[in-house]
Amino acid sequence: MKAIQIEGVSKSYTEGVLALDEVSLELPENSFTCLLGPSGCGKSTLLNMIAGFIEPTTGRILVDGHEVTQAGADRGVVFQEYALFPWRTAIENVEFGPMIQGLPRPERRAVARRYLALVGLEEHEDKYPRELSGGMKQRVAIARVLANHPSVLLMDEPFGALDAQTREVMQEELLRIWEQDKKTVVFVTHSISESIFLADRIVVMATRPGTIKEIVDVAMPHPRDRSSAAFVALEREIKRLVREEVAKLGVT
Amino acid sequence: MEAEAVRPAPATVGVAAAPSASPVTGRRARRGLSRPAVLVLRTVSLLLFFVLWWGVSLLNAHVLKVFNPILLPAPDEVLRAGIKMAASGELLKHITASLSRVVWGFGIAAALGIVVGTALGRSRLLEHLVEPMLEMLRPIPPLAFLPMMVLWFGIGEASKVAFITYAAFFPIFTTTIEGIKYVDPILIRAASSLGASERQIFWHVVLPAATPNIITGMRLAFGLSFFVIVAAEFIAADSGLGFLINDARTFFLVSNMLLGAAVIGIIGVLANVLLRKLEGRLLRWRKESRGQA
Repeated sequence: MKAIQIEGVSKSYTEGVLALDEVSLELPENSFTCLLGPSGCGKSTLLNMIAGFIEPTTGRILVDGHEVTQAGADRGVVFQEYALFPWRTAIENVEFGPMIQGLPRPERRAVARRYLALVGLEEHEDKYPRELSGGMKQRVAIARVLANHPSVLLMDEPFGALDAQTREVMQEELLRIWEQDKKTVVFVTHSISESIFLADRIVVMATRPGTIKEIVDVAMPHPRDRSSAAFVALEREIKRLVREEVAKLGVT
Repeated sequence: MEAEAVRPAPATVGVAAAPSASPVTGRRARRGLSRPAVLVLRTVSLLLFFVLWWGVSLLNAHVLKVFNPILLPAPDEVLRAGIKMAASGELLKHITASLSRVVWGFGIAAALGIVVGTALGRSRLLEHLVEPMLEMLRPIPPLAFLPMMVLWFGIGEASKVAFITYAAFFPIFTTTIEGIKYVDPILIRAASSLGASERQIFWHVVLPAATPNIITGMRLAFGLSFFVIVAAEFIAADSGLGFLINDARTFFLVSNMLLGAAVIGIIGVLANVLLRKLEGRLLRWRKESRGQA
């Protein structure tokens, strides 16, 4: 079954810039897809359209068979900037979705506690976002999204603001969580190694206008060894594809 | 209010422009005092004020005789006047009169400022329709309207309450509209992708995000309320601390004039402490971060 169908989607902004040009893509249920490309290839635009934050100029997007017209609880979003509510403690952030659904207080507390434990933050439930490190904030954000039981998980460079070590730990954590709580994941990144480490499928995007350049299926079993020959070979191959696009942008 | 809005950005730029000057050493130099030392210095400062006042007053009265001693009573005389007036219940009457006007005027201004500010912050149409009107009135010092208020609302309580409302409205309105307008759009996106409706976003995201701004506005407005009530009571009142000062002037009771001013100062300090406490409570999520940063 196809969880997400993207049908001939284009996006042009008022200044006449074509951010995306006739992109079509089908993502199977519970698949893990990375949208990869240099900045300006429209990967975040595409993600924001699946999320329902912006409307496509032409074409349409279906999620579980329904056309996307606005943001909704079926599509959870994890942002690079975490987007935690600073006036809510960690657990209150995770409770937000269940609260919106009208779950009574003791029940939503229990749900939130379960998901905070899933991301390993049960000790920090009463802390405010300002008191948490970047990695911890992103864990809270992931727990907040999962507590809402979306069918699709959209992640917009979620680990982009983290240091290299934390980033790798978070990638492993994400896979562990995904194994436990399977969802269709769309993950935007410009890190080639990150995309190979995580995805079943890497959609390499071309720039100006944004289109799909190539779709690479990654068949390696998890956990993937970043220094294995297959990993390195694939990395080199994708780097070549991305380089061509960066070169097209001229000055870098 | 403008002072609050000023960001420390220019200072940072200055530091960046002078690579040799380390901002850390500069800060350390300012911090080089221990806590008890700071406390002692601050206490000495207050004591020094009263000693100087006392000294000048006594020296003039008994030795130098430069000006009429009636013009500058010593602190103990002011204190004695205060005790006398407190004992007769007169002081409390004036304090209650001023405070109740401030509470009413400020309360109405807060309600109006938050409601109007929110409405304008939410609607572009309303903003463009109403804001120019308010922006035209804002630069006019509220005191300019005081005689008019007396004409319109008489010399009873209404004119004073209306005057305070008018003066206190602007800071609350301005900070509310800013707070509502500049809520981080990513928080709104996050809430909507968690399934929140427009209404829920307003109550659970926009309003809490704007609260620090609104509270700042309220603190400024409260200070302003005290500022203007005294002037209003100079002109048209038969009670209140402003009246006390002006009435004492007519009878040349300088001690009572100073007493009125001192009481206003004390109330102002107390009110500020209270509001800070309230702010710290409501904005716990921010305050704790201040300690960390």
